[in-house]
Amino acid sequence: MYRNLSIKQKQIVWAWAFLALPVLFYGVIRFYPTGNAILISFQDWNLLGERNWSGLENYIKLWNDPVFWKVFKNTFLYLLLGTPISLVISFVIAYHLDQLRFMHGFLRMLYFLPFMTSAVAMAWVWRWFYQPVPIGLFNNFLASLGIPQIEFLNSTTNALPSVLAPAVWAGLGFQVIIFMAGLRAIPRSYYEAARIDGVSTWTVLSEITLPLLKPTIVFIVVFSSIGFLRIFDHVFNMTTNNPGGPLNATKPLVLMIYDTAFTGYDMGYAAAQTVVLFVILLVVSLIQLRILRDR
Amino acid sequence: MTSVKGWALGAATGIAAMLGSAAHAVEIEYWQYFFDARVSAMEQLIENFEAANPDITVKMTHFPYADYRTKVAAAIPAGEGPDVVQLFYGWLNDYVEADLIQPLPTDAFPVDRIETEFFPMVGAMRRGDAYMALPTAVRSLALFYNTRLFDDAGIESPPATLDELVEVAKKLTQVDGAGNITQVGITTGMTAQDHHWFREVLIRQFGGEPYTDGYKTVNYNTDAGMKALEFYAGLEKTHNVTASGFMDEPQAAFKAGRAGMHIDGSFRIGSLNKTRGLKWGVAELPAGPDGTKSNYSSYWVNAITTKAEGEKYDAAVKFMEYVTSDEAMQIWLDVVGELPAKPSVGMTEANANDEVFGPFIRGLEYANTTVFANESGQRQILVDMVARTDIEGQPLAESLAVAAEAEQKLLDEYYAE
Repeated sequence: MYRNLSIKQKQIVWAWAFLALPVLFYGVIRFYPTGNAILISFQDWNLLGERNWSGLENYIKLWNDPVFWKVFKNTFLYLLLGTPISLVISFVIAYHLDQLRFMHGFLRMLYFLPFMTSAVAMAWVWRWFYQPVPIGLFNNFLASLGIPQIEFLNSTTNALPSVLAPAVWAGLGFQVIIFMAGLRAIPRSYYEAARIDGVSTWTVLSEITLPLLKPTIVFIVVFSSIGFLRIFDHVFNMTTNNPGGPLNATKPLVLMIYDTAFTGYDMGYAAAQTVVLFVILLVVSLIQLRILRDR
Repeated sequence: MTSVKGWALGAATGIAAMLGSAAHAVEIEYWQYFFDARVSAMEQLIENFEAANPDITVKMTHFPYADYRTKVAAAIPAGEGPDVVQLFYGWLNDYVEADLIQPLPTDAFPVDRIETEFFPMVGAMRRGDAYMALPTAVRSLALFYNTRLFDDAGIESPPATLDELVEVAKKLTQVDGAGNITQVGITTGMTAQDHHWFREVLIRQFGGEPYTDGYKTVNYNTDAGMKALEFYAGLEKTHNVTASGFMDEPQAAFKAGRAGMHIDGSFRIGSLNKTRGLKWGVAELPAGPDGTKSNYSSYWVNAITTKAEGEKYDAAVKFMEYVTSDEAMQIWLDVVGELPAKPSVGMTEANANDEVFGPFIRGLEYANTTVFANESGQRQILVDMVARTDIEGQPLAESLAVAAEAEQKLLDEYYAE
């Protein structure tokens, strides 16, 4: 039977034969659970008993839940603060590091190190940095100068930026490396031509470097946006006693999902939140790809 | 030919004997979550039980705490898994609803006998005319104090009343030149055990009843609740003897010797024993203004699952009888350090006057057990109640009302199903 196929058809058969494994893998490991989660979001289930059909009840509850809107806002704050800040800082570092020859490798290692460090360990160290006197590093320093203490974590306004700072710092190394790879990929000849024409540094940056870095920037923006939208480990570890607190000031959507599912055992409601997160991630990624794509 | 016959006969009798003995030995499964001391205590109990009941074997399986609930939920409806299962008392409703456990037989566990033999808070495990589950061991709260700091401040004995608590705490508090607290008189933090202290102890001591209608109706937005909150918040705001979040966690401050007093559960004893250089004592929780004593008790219980039938069921009942016996409770106290659930074991001369366990065990006589719908959710409401007054400056009465309303909503949603 195989013999009777045309070459084109044979190619298709082979292509599918090789694709069978990843297709199966994606089907079982990705798509089946995704579909299941969407199904659960229309049900009422506490992990122990029967799953009962509840229609749109979970989504209506979500719409009327003030905590959800607070968390929704927090999630976007993480995104809107985290992505631009980390993008600018990592570009500035990469741009200057690229021109530096002295101890280049060592400095690059220093920037990359936080990315390799366990997020949990780092979050705890920062958590202790932020403590009030007598154990907090920052506040001890302030107190020794006679400046009043700053409530870093026990505050509804300071807590979110305080939690975000180590998360930005941790992701920096990766973004710096990607930026440097992007910078190296720009042909030297453009810069030489610019120098011959006697163009200012600023023009070189805005007319050559940044436009040619666009694919790199798109990648980093999409990648880090998804990361900040899914932020969890830093928040959870820095606020374990009062997860996402104080008063939900630092709670991102993923933490709310975790809480609803594994301490409240309200799986249906958690699944509804997950579906919302999925939609947000999808929309944000599509918008970014559209805005930043090459015309 | 005869040798073949002989071999066949021998083999046949051998197989018959094996089948016969297999039919007699019943194997039941016991599940609990993994915690080193609990597992080794249960191993001892199983060994003793099997020695007394040679025809029953018990197979223990344990899981990390994080997976426990999921595994139980998946196994029992599928006819797999445990015949006797351990669960937190707060999960009882969920397990009963999901039809995972069955009532204990009233001939082996008559209700009136349980109610005379066990400490009163075990009553939370009763559903209708039968008990669903029973604990081997229970936990309660007490006041830990740092004896070295007490000596330095010239304090002779731990406070017996709430007023004394404030006075003692004042003497223990230390402040640096800028007014920052560097040593607290007493630790506070609703995130730790204080929400239990507030609910079941302070509110009752100020003349209230935290819940009515079998813990389905919130009842602390009252004068008593207000006085309790004023006292609690006053420790930090009026008397300046504490700072919430001091040294990150209350128990950390106490372990580091930076806190004079600390309210915590009996489960903390083990880790405090391991803290080098810390000298500490334990006292009963201070009594209220009118001398009312109260305490909070929580516990893990064992129950027979719906999977156990026939002879496994009979074996499971026998096993339940053993793990709730006086002997088992004493072993559990010695190995795990958790308190006996019966006065007959707890209130013995040796146990009730034990320097460390005594205050906890005496507390059991007047302890209450909150029937939680969602413990961490209900804790969060009290955490937020204090945070609103602390961070956002909301008046106490308003914050109390908001908390009561939020908790009532949570309870209504839970019991609506």
